[in-house]
Amino acid sequence: MRRSNPRLTLGIVILAFFIVLGGILPFFSPEDPRDWIRHPRNLPPSAEHLLGTTNLGQDTFWLLSYATQNSLLIGVFVAFFATLIGVFAGLAAGFLGGLTDRVITLLADVFIVVPSLPILILMSSLLQGRASLLLISIILIFFNWPWPARQMRSIALSMRERQFVNTARFSGSGTLTILAEEIVPHIFSWAMANFVNTVLVAIAIESGLAVIGLSSLEEATLGTMIYWALQHQALLGQRWWWIGSPVVAIIALFVGLFLISTGISSLSAERRGHGDA
Amino acid sequence: MQFAKFVVSRVITYVLVIWIGITVVFFVPRFMPSDPVESMLGRIMSQGAYMEAEQVEAMRATLTQAFGLEGSLADQYFGFLHRTFLSRDFGPSLSMFPTPVNELIGRALPWTLALLLTSTIISWIVGNIIGLLSGYKSRWLSSRALEVIAILVYPIPYYITALILIILFIHINPIFPLFFSVRGDAWSWEFISSAVYNSVLPALSIVIVGFGWWVLSMKALASSISEEDFVYFAKLKGAGEGRIMTAYVLRNAILPQVTVLALQIGAIFNGALITEILFSYPGLGTMTYNAVLQADYNLLMGTITISIIAVASSTLIIDLLYPVFDPRIRQR
Repeated sequence: MRRSNPRLTLGIVILAFFIVLGGILPFFSPEDPRDWIRHPRNLPPSAEHLLGTTNLGQDTFWLLSYATQNSLLIGVFVAFFATLIGVFAGLAAGFLGGLTDRVITLLADVFIVVPSLPILILMSSLLQGRASLLLISIILIFFNWPWPARQMRSIALSMRERQFVNTARFSGSGTLTILAEEIVPHIFSWAMANFVNTVLVAIAIESGLAVIGLSSLEEATLGTMIYWALQHQALLGQRWWWIGSPVVAIIALFVGLFLISTGISSLSAERRGHGDA
Repeated sequence: MQFAKFVVSRVITYVLVIWIGITVVFFVPRFMPSDPVESMLGRIMSQGAYMEAEQVEAMRATLTQAFGLEGSLADQYFGFLHRTFLSRDFGPSLSMFPTPVNELIGRALPWTLALLLTSTIISWIVGNIIGLLSGYKSRWLSSRALEVIAILVYPIPYYITALILIILFIHINPIFPLFFSVRGDAWSWEFISSAVYNSVLPALSIVIVGFGWWVLSMKALASSISEEDFVYFAKLKGAGEGRIMTAYVLRNAILPQVTVLALQIGAIFNGALITEILFSYPGLGTMTYNAVLQADYNLLMGTITISIIAVASSTLIIDLLYPVFDPRIRQR
């Protein structure tokens, strides 16, 4: 009955590749890939160095694997808490209404309009490149909970009036039971799609901050790899392997995540029997 | 009456957005583990500037004032709000002393606005037209091919698109200059043409990313609206294809696209900020970045405050344009 979903499948395959690269491989790394001058500099790819070495004498492949791990960790951490906070804030706003609704809606509007990057830049500049990835992640949570919250609020508002909720209410279920049994399954797939999307956004903003050298310079993420490559003139020196590896990795990872998030949305729309998500 | 109510509620949200945004900016330096004045002083000294003891003292006083750290917390806060909402005076730039920060921002802001306005409008209009066509004609091969392209392009962040364009058109095929350089007197032909020539790549990188999103969302909207009963009725009635597409499908699909545009301004601004820095485009982004590199705290506070006001204002303007597209708000 369920149609196959090629987008979702492709997305999962791509993500699986990155989970192996960033989640498993770093534990088998023969060295700390951040160390400088461990290998000859600027080597082209070979059997020993799959993606060559950097101008700083690091192995590009292991560095990429290590950077992927950090970027994925940031993404998952931010997405988990942002989705969690957003879902509860949105449900509270939609179901409780009144002043709670107004305050939550206003805060969500504010954090959607205010651009996050200038605030992150201000913070990082005061910490002079010592901003920890945790601190950056926490700021990102602040700016990412409003999207799920808005969506959840409108779902909650329409839910209040839906037939199956009323049926459950008239058959004697309490509010919490209705929430757990009728509403949570309904919003679960939406929250999943949002979660994947937020992973993407969080990695994108941290890497953006990192590309201009304002994330944590002591750690390696996909963005800081680009920063070091730019700082050491990988472009003028035409060292495409060094700068190309993180760039291609970001593109592939993001297309994969995007395919998964749209795949989940269309899957749940199909399951409900109509086209609108 | 509906319209007046709409405008009032938008304006109130606008003021609150700026107020809360500014409050966040006010508290960020105060929650940092390090003392911003001392860390900034250390930074200035480490750049090799030799200073006498009393000069250091004077610098400390200037910085304390610049950070708005004089007096009680309440005094500081109200001083900060007054500076943001009323005087807009951020003091002199520390790196380009004694040019006022206002003057520097006044030079950079038009560049940023021009870049963002042109590229956002182009990508919104072109993206929506193509999305409409491919959503309405969803069986065409070209529609499907376009969707694949849009899916590949949309999730890529701005700075990656910028980097790819830099690699392709500055390093591999040197069509565009490595450094942003505008020649000629203001508004002479040479000035305009060199400014446009230098801005092609930064603008293109913003257009490409936005384009993917508008195509995808418009296509989804258009194809679901095309299946509505009123479109079927219009076909039965004998309305022409072009008319159905514009008066029936587009008319309904454009509303959510305006709403989303208003919600996306912050994200577009974030992206443009890094794009500017990568291309050393002379706008607010590059200025913010230079302020960070040169530890010019006055300038940094100024650009960040103005960024928030600019984004909030653009959002407000788009929100106020909404009634143009939605007659229901206008007429009741």
